[in-house]
Amino acid sequence: MGELEQKLVWESHTKRKAWIVWGFWFAITLLTIYCWVEMNEDTIWFFVYDAPVQAADLIDRMFPPEWLYINKLYKALWDTLNIATLGTLLGVILAFPVAFLAARNTTPSTKFVRPVALFIIASSRSINSLIWALLLVTILGPGILAGIIAIGLRSIGFVAKLLYESIEEINTTSVEAIESTGASRFQTINYAIIPQILPAFLGIMIFRWDINIRESTILGLVGAGGIGLFLSSSMNILAWPQVTLIILVILATVIVSEYLSAKVRRLLI
Amino acid sequence: MLKIEHLKKRYKTGPWVLKDISFEVPDGEIVGLIGPSGAGKSTMIRCVNRLIDPSEGNIQLDGVNLSNLSSSKVREQRRHIGMIFQEYALVERLSVMENVLSGRLGYLPFWRSFLRRYPEKDIDNAFEYLDRVGLIDHANKRADELSGGQRQRVGIARALAQDPRLLLVDEPTASLDPKTSRQIMRLIQSICREKSLSAIINIHDVPLAMQFVDRIIGLQGGEVVFDGKPDELTEDVLTRIYGDEDWTDVKAEDDDLGIDQENDQESEEAA
Amino acid sequence: MRTWERPHYLVPDKRWRIALWIAFFLYLIVGIGSIEVNWLRVYEGLERGGRFVEGFLNPNFTRRAADIYSGIYESLTMTVTSTVVGILLSIPFGMGAARNISPKPIYLFCRSFIAVSRSMQEVIVAIFLVALFGFGAFAGFLTLTYATIGFLGKLLAEEIEEIDKKQLEAIASTGASWLQRMHIAIWPQVMPRMIGLSFYRFDINFRESAVIGIVGAGGIGATLNTSIDRYEYDSAGAVLILIILIVLACEYLSGWIRKWVS
Repeated sequence: MGELEQKLVWESHTKRKAWIVWGFWFAITLLTIYCWVEMNEDTIWFFVYDAPVQAADLIDRMFPPEWLYINKLYKALWDTLNIATLGTLLGVILAFPVAFLAARNTTPSTKFVRPVALFIIASSRSINSLIWALLLVTILGPGILAGIIAIGLRSIGFVAKLLYESIEEINTTSVEAIESTGASRFQTINYAIIPQILPAFLGIMIFRWDINIRESTILGLVGAGGIGLFLSSSMNILAWPQVTLIILVILATVIVSEYLSAKVRRLLI
Repeated sequence: MLKIEHLKKRYKTGPWVLKDISFEVPDGEIVGLIGPSGAGKSTMIRCVNRLIDPSEGNIQLDGVNLSNLSSSKVREQRRHIGMIFQEYALVERLSVMENVLSGRLGYLPFWRSFLRRYPEKDIDNAFEYLDRVGLIDHANKRADELSGGQRQRVGIARALAQDPRLLLVDEPTASLDPKTSRQIMRLIQSICREKSLSAIINIHDVPLAMQFVDRIIGLQGGEVVFDGKPDELTEDVLTRIYGDEDWTDVKAEDDDLGIDQENDQESEEAA
Repeated sequence: MRTWERPHYLVPDKRWRIALWIAFFLYLIVGIGSIEVNWLRVYEGLERGGRFVEGFLNPNFTRRAADIYSGIYESLTMTVTSTVVGILLSIPFGMGAARNISPKPIYLFCRSFIAVSRSMQEVIVAIFLVALFGFGAFAGFLTLTYATIGFLGKLLAEEIEEIDKKQLEAIASTGASWLQRMHIAIWPQVMPRMIGLSFYRFDINFRESAVIGIVGAGGIGATLNTSIDRYEYDSAGAVLILIILIVLACEYLSGWIRKWVS
């Protein structure tokens, strides 16, 4: 009897769960359809149908790439590399204290300091580097300085988030042991915490550098220096063969940086 | 001389973990603190070096009251109190030598420790301690390359580097095999004798405790239920400390194998 | 008297260490030297920077309320549609890009599709799609869908390549068809992680939708761009705060749903 009852209960439980799951999918489907309709209110479908013809035309104009244009791009590539690298360094330097203030086990105050640090992380993570660049160009004027700071500001949140998570995961008895020798707060950080998070820290930094190379290629679109400047000026004068070449160069840069960062990270681990 | 008077501890609004504990440890005496899991042994020794703040009562080391010092004064006093941990608590990614030298942190300004510019005397002493625990050839290895027993020896050398007046030892053998356990206990004992250091050793392994300590204090439910010489530790007393079944189990296992399966429970308590 | 020097495990050789430090500092000098700064311009800009901070702390939601509302609304609809369509399409692409279950030509095609999608910034893709499909949310939708396929497709392919081969063989040996094998052997193994990643991608798509608007692909980016261009930093601050709040809400919601699913 008890067994039968149990079975019945079990069935009705799964049935209810199945209903919830179906309801969930149904709601998502409805939401998607609704969003689709709303989104396309202003879509001019003629352009959409015409797109294949436009695409064929565009491709026709884009090829062959203007290979010789590469000679003008070297400086821009160097700028792009600098924006990414210096921006990463700036971001890392700023992220380091933020991470310590955000980690539950190192923050001086969970009530006041930690929420502020978490807010800094959230703001920096939510806002794309291109938006930061847009802002900074109006403040500092066009140039790679705006790009570096934009990349730096965007990197703070990313690096600090991953870093504070790894700080929270450290072995606490080593920290206790160092504290029990009479070490000061900074000595404890230096001896017990930093050695434990160093590998994660280097990994995060290189990972972010790789992402930053990618992002710094487009900052020029809003005037923040690098190869993106050339992309936007070539596009403005409809020099499509140049655009093709620039995009190929960007792709190559991204692939090389990804390869390098993967290689270095493997070396560290 | 360590003097503990009416020590009490509770965590926030929880139950009292330590209820009115008083005892004295004269210089040079090795005290074994025994008791079941949750008796408050770990809390007890962590109150002494203020890793845990006591709720009430006094703790005096050589006349200095530790229980109500400000945090900077606590650091000053902590350097006289060496601590040895169950899980060794080394910083695994630092070298053996750095781990030993970290015992000097309380004596050095930040910049010296940051640059690893230790005074020559500290380095000489550190080598001497490493020699004393038999690890002189491992000085520049990374701590995670060592075995459990070797790591515990580094932990001992680190505590020695503090030039302590008192050793606090928290379950030194709980993660070690029986043979290594005995070696470690013997090492701690002989070092205390050489330097006439007093020590409080938390230990769950009763036969091992009886072999190496001068005096045993039994804790039960946060109270001292026994305080006397190891040979006064009769079955009656053990029953009082551990309850009926527990202690016979412990003893039987130890007699047969020397392996104590209570280890896991004990380490949970410490955590 | 013995001496001791801290051993270094990463670069044990001292000469190499010094060489690396010198290289690093040389780069810093050259790199920082390459920054051209017009200090007069920066000085003039400081006042605007101050106004931005002020605007961010004291945002103005009302002046551009209509623009902000329709921009956020468009961003959200774009994000929902592109995430759903992207997830659906990333399944065939991800499976096609898994070496252990798909034939060579399909594998190569899907891999290169994913690789290009991942290497191209959304903004660049958006520029092209705007040129082809006209200004507006539809181009943005396509951009985000394309990026979602690359992101999820790669992770799905990696998940599939890592799954237990024995299970796959066991089910194949019962005579199950290809589709059955996919359904029974692979789906249960990759499903939990994919759900988590989908929410993560939703979050990214929303953030990106704010950016591609700058090049005309719909969403809140256009509003943001106008208000920054006109130095209306209080409106810009309002938009940024809304973006931050929505991203935080997404993260919170996805954490909650993931907990609920598992």
